[in-house]
Amino acid sequence: MDLQIALLLAQDGIVNGAIYALLALALVLVFTVTRVIFIPQGEFVAYGALTMAALQAGKLPGTLWLLLGAGVLVTLVEGATALRRGNTRLLWRVAAINLLLPLVVAGLVAWSDPANLSMPLQVVLALAVVVPLGPMIYRLAFQPLAEASVLVLLIVAVAVHLSMVGLGLLFFGAEGSRTTAFSEASFELGSLVINGQTLWVLGASSALIAALYLFFERTLYGKALRATALNRVGARLMGISTVMAGKLSFTLAALIGATSGILIAPLATIYYDTGFLIGLKGFVGAIIGGLASYPLAAAGAVLVGLLEAYSSFWASAYKEVIVFTLIIPVLVWRSLKAHHSEEEE
Amino acid sequence: MKPHIPLIALLLILALAPPLLPEFYVTLLNYIGLYALVALGLVLLTGVGGLTSFGQAAFVGLGAYSTAYLSTAYELSPWLGLIVGLGVTAIVALFLGFITLRLSGHYLPLGTIAWGISLYFLFGNLEFLGGHTGISGIPALSVLGRKLDSGREFYYLIWLVLLGAVAITHNLLNSREGRAIRALKGGSLMAESMGVDTARSKILIFLIAALYACVSGWLYAHLQRFVNPTPFGLQTGIEYLFMAVVGGAGHVWGALLGAGVIVVLKQWLQDLLPSLLGQSGNFEVIVFGVLLVLVLQKARDGLWPWVARWLPQGPGVRVRPDAARLPRRAPQAPGTLLLDVINARKEFGGLVANNNISLTVKAGEVMALIGPNGAGKSTMFNIISGVLPLTKGEVRFLGKRVDGLPSRQIARLGMARSFQHVRLLPAMSALENVALGTHQRGSRGVLAAALHLERTEEARLLAEGAAQLERVGLGDSLYREAGSLSLGQQRLLEIARALCADPCLLLLDEPAAGLRYLEKQALAELLRKLRAEGMGILLVEHDMDFVMGLADRIVVMEFGEKISEGLPVEVQNDPIVLEAYLGGAD
Repeated sequence: MDLQIALLLAQDGIVNGAIYALLALALVLVFTVTRVIFIPQGEFVAYGALTMAALQAGKLPGTLWLLLGAGVLVTLVEGATALRRGNTRLLWRVAAINLLLPLVVAGLVAWSDPANLSMPLQVVLALAVVVPLGPMIYRLAFQPLAEASVLVLLIVAVAVHLSMVGLGLLFFGAEGSRTTAFSEASFELGSLVINGQTLWVLGASSALIAALYLFFERTLYGKALRATALNRVGARLMGISTVMAGKLSFTLAALIGATSGILIAPLATIYYDTGFLIGLKGFVGAIIGGLASYPLAAAGAVLVGLLEAYSSFWASAYKEVIVFTLIIPVLVWRSLKAHHSEEEE
Repeated sequence: MKPHIPLIALLLILALAPPLLPEFYVTLLNYIGLYALVALGLVLLTGVGGLTSFGQAAFVGLGAYSTAYLSTAYELSPWLGLIVGLGVTAIVALFLGFITLRLSGHYLPLGTIAWGISLYFLFGNLEFLGGHTGISGIPALSVLGRKLDSGREFYYLIWLVLLGAVAITHNLLNSREGRAIRALKGGSLMAESMGVDTARSKILIFLIAALYACVSGWLYAHLQRFVNPTPFGLQTGIEYLFMAVVGGAGHVWGALLGAGVIVVLKQWLQDLLPSLLGQSGNFEVIVFGVLLVLVLQKARDGLWPWVARWLPQGPGVRVRPDAARLPRRAPQAPGTLLLDVINARKEFGGLVANNNISLTVKAGEVMALIGPNGAGKSTMFNIISGVLPLTKGEVRFLGKRVDGLPSRQIARLGMARSFQHVRLLPAMSALENVALGTHQRGSRGVLAAALHLERTEEARLLAEGAAQLERVGLGDSLYREAGSLSLGQQRLLEIARALCADPCLLLLDEPAAGLRYLEKQALAELLRKLRAEGMGILLVEHDMDFVMGLADRIVVMEFGEKISEGLPVEVQNDPIVLEAYLGGAD
């Protein structure tokens, strides 16, 4: 391997690492706030990428049907509660968010001829289709079990992942898709060629991470999420709704997932089940950070990206084996550091 | 209807099925058997032990590939392949268990997801294992000179193995080791205080689950005579867990039910959905996912309880009246120094919960530790019993330094305790709960338990439990669910459980709270009797009548400091104590 290849691999690794870092942050966020180990994170990546691809191809993305269907279900569930309490105002609000909003999105997708829209508008449309699925899935699958053990929540997360992969196959078929690059530009830096999409990925990831940082440090909702993560009961006593915190963290996770998908779709062919492996690599990063520390998780994720890039050069068949085996020394290290854990539940 | 009738009916149906059913259904039953064996391991791991693994399919793969490789490349006997497979599986499971089980509960499943994926890709990329095409030409199994080369013949082997595993698991759960395993979910802290090594129990059930999966893989390889990586991927690993949860993860028969329901459902959905949706693909996973969420939301215990309701119930665990009593520890001479706490200090961050506390307990005396709420009494208890580590100072028990030792080792030296907030296993009978206290007095291990070779010892342990329950006045509630007892009775049960350990020092944290007047008198009487037998008792209690009538010496704590010590009369007249309890005179 000469320097040029090494640099090229490093570039690859850092780009993928940036995506894994975003996902790792979302996983840490969801886990600390709701105790859900968010296995379906990867499906949001695939949904984001494939919805974008469908829009660019002038097809109606199947995720739109999921959005409408999930909206109806949430309205039924929440509406029943609202009716039982005799709260008609709540009923209207629920219907507006879960029925009207998806219908508006569907209308826009159907009549705006998305294939000929500008790229930023396509991105907005794709996000509008995929991101609301986050809080809806929280409402339907997780909220009724919010007080269950981490283990039960994990099994639910795996079940949701399973369903979403199956739906992904139904909506998008078994063929993969690639989307148009955000930018066709390329820059030469010495002997290294850097293409525009790489810069887009790095720039957008950094911007998103900075935005998250500001959100958590400067806004009331961000602080509410942090409070819930530290102590659920305490946060509730201070008037923070854990349901709101759960929905908000799922919204953010869906946003991060779908954005990641849209960012990498021009660089790699995305299949309906690609998201899972991408999400799991974010996980390896998050586990390096002990599922608690944001900076460590991000650093771990970049490490995963680099390891993956270099191992694809030396032992490409064993790429996945190497990346997922990395978790073992990490767990050994965590285990040696851990004090004897007390009763959990 | 007698309790064993449904079982006999099931065995008859299973025995008669192959000659009567078409090939297709025999194959289906073969698969149900193979899957149920893996799900059975998950019942033990998830439903009973509260741990989980998504990587069981990888263990199945280890079993299948071990025998496939050895019996094709080296033409070795399949039985040797089984032994090698079990060996490899055990090593991997012990290693994974060792690195993940010390961490909090969710690292094991995450570790198994990663390990499941790694192994899948490894199977697919290793040249000598045939890569993604796999290994074909695996020889048929021969049992007692008979070649099992058809599905119908193989059927009997699969179901014999499965029913054997069900029996073994059932036996194991109804034993001393099994009680320790059942305490893992929600009672590890208590079990450790009773001398149970919970880390060992966790690794044990992970190992057993992995070995069941390995055997299933071995059977699979010789049934199919061909292996490739596909059935050992993560998706199958998830489906195994799915079977255990849907069937009813808390019960051994739930595994069979779950495997049956899922295999049949999968078959049906795989026919139905593609034609319904007009596309081909594994769309059954959509339904499976939704179903799993619904089961967990609406019926957390799975489907088995619905079936069990229609079945006659067995008598459960019963005491044999003729069992011999357990040997007892040599008693300590009255006045022997049992416990010596020297300048103990405990800090939680900046808070000093105990500051330089010293106290002693001698054999044949009741020492009471009193003080207002938040004085640090329960912290002191946790330090003495090894639940919390000390920041500074020393704890000596029977002349030996015990601070820094895990609570189970301190328990083994002869110290037993009750908890301020009752820690019972509510779904188990009172008898089984107290029998946990006898854990350290038994010695028969897992194998003996699995084969029920330890029934004499088990009867003696249960008899001890019954005797102690009678002693605290719960002799008429042996077989009631512990969760259905009143709070006062639950406290008494905790005392009985502690007495089952045959301790020389008894630590009781607010034993009289929630008791009625007569019950309190009976308890005081019991403690007096124990004291007369030479037991040392350290008591935390708020009921002053109870304490003053019983204690030989008293230590008073406030805000983590010892403010007074002496005979009950001295303490009652100590102005500092009066100020602490009643407020200053000014």
